[in-house]
Amino acid sequence: MTAARAYRGHRGAGIACVVAIGAAIVASFVYLGADFRGLVSEEGQQRMARFVAEFFPLDLSPPFVRQVGYAALQTLAVSLLGTVIAMIVGGLLALPAAGRLGRGAKWLARFVLNGLRSVPELVWAALMVLAAGLGPFAGTLALALHTTGVLGRLFAESLENASRAPEEALRDLGAGATARFVYGTLPLVGAQCLGYTLYRWEMNIRMAAILGFVGGGGLGQMLYFHLSLFQQAQAATVLVAMAILVLADDAISGAARKALGARAG
Amino acid sequence: MSATARLRLASARRDPLARRRLGWAITALVLLWPLLRLAEFHPATLADPANVHVMATFLGGFLPPSVQPDFLADLLKATLQTLAMATAGTALAFLIAVPLAFVATRSLSISAIGPADGRWVGRIVRQAVRSLMVFLRAVPEVVLALMFVRALGLGPAAGVLALAITYGGMLAKVYAEILESTDARPAQALLQAGCGRVATLCFGLLPLAAQEIVSYTVYRWECAVRAAVVMGFVGAGGLGQLMDQSLKMLSGGEVSSIALVFLALVMLADAISLVLRRVLA
Repeated sequence: MTAARAYRGHRGAGIACVVAIGAAIVASFVYLGADFRGLVSEEGQQRMARFVAEFFPLDLSPPFVRQVGYAALQTLAVSLLGTVIAMIVGGLLALPAAGRLGRGAKWLARFVLNGLRSVPELVWAALMVLAAGLGPFAGTLALALHTTGVLGRLFAESLENASRAPEEALRDLGAGATARFVYGTLPLVGAQCLGYTLYRWEMNIRMAAILGFVGGGGLGQMLYFHLSLFQQAQAATVLVAMAILVLADDAISGAARKALGARAG
Repeated sequence: MSATARLRLASARRDPLARRRLGWAITALVLLWPLLRLAEFHPATLADPANVHVMATFLGGFLPPSVQPDFLADLLKATLQTLAMATAGTALAFLIAVPLAFVATRSLSISAIGPADGRWVGRIVRQAVRSLMVFLRAVPEVVLALMFVRALGLGPAAGVLALAITYGGMLAKVYAEILESTDARPAQALLQAGCGRVATLCFGLLPLAAQEIVSYTVYRWECAVRAAVVMGFVGAGGLGQLMDQSLKMLSGGEVSSIALVFLALVMLADAISLVLRRVLA
């Protein structure tokens, strides 16, 4: 009896949810309606076709390709450096956030990490351009700030979940606090933290390509620059480079994950 | 303490891995140097008086957040626009993803269940659809939005289109993966009994996979809300565009109001997504 009623209640909630989602979708399209009329109209489609046609042929002259290659390297450097800085700072903040330095420090560290994490990279980049000027340095700082928040929280969670036994054994032998942490807990959480860091690096490569739009250097800045000057052929080359970077990133991380999974399994 | 005992203690205190660790540290530093050069890493610019001055006046304006009625009206409009953009974009992405995943799923292949002529045709079509999925998600949504803004003009339509394409590719890939990782035996039985593909999908695969598919779609909507904010920075309307304008005018009070609304919106999307996943799953 009660089970049947519970099921009926559950189904009612499900139907209500589906209806609400449908209504939200319809409302969204109605709200945005005016902007879509341009898209469906014949004139809008012609404009779109003309726009796409301007991108071909790509600019493949050697000096420009070299420039694009340099920008791609810069994007990689920004993503790697941002991730490394975030790993170091996030690791340092994870210690108080895991409650190792008292309760006050724990709440303070968590507050800082949450704040860093909840501001998107692109907003950090716009702010960092004000603080450090245009260029890849601003992009690096922006990535580092956001990623610190993400990694710090993940590191703190793995620290909290790690077994305390090795540290206690070392303490009983008379080891100091640093030695206890480095030889007792770090080997337990190291691999997991490195895994999190690699995963974030993968995401940051993609992000670093975008940060240039607000002045964070690399491929994004180049794309924005050439689009602003209506140099579509050059923009198309940069776009292709971006797509290659993203797809290679996808394929390599997928293969690495499969290899590691096979080894672990 | 005898001399030998002291010697033994000293050797035990030495880190047995010291040499290897030093080697790794030096390698890392050597690799890091060109990176620092490439990324134009100059921390000194942060202390540059001109930059510090700009930043200080800007941050000083953060408090109090701006609550002028005109601005609040704009803010409300931008928030609604962002939500509408994310919802419409995810809905279109769903429409793109379902047919693609339907064609790409191997366990729905009729020609694969026995010796048939059309085997290689099916394989080629599946591969083509998979390539199309890769192509759709190759360019990040913000980049697409930037392009569409050039083609369609400023406004949320560019953002919706960009979301639909990129997320369509992502959803299709994940849907196909989910469908292929569920137990294929019910589907095989139905296909061998002569069911069509649609019936097999509905009665063989979806009962097992629907929960995961729904929950991933809702999660993607949550990501779309975040992405919709970010896309505003390239001119696709909504909160991002408003923030970009306020940042360019260095109006700290407006930026802090927008940031607060943004945080509230992300938390709201989190909560809605949690409720939806619990009820629908």
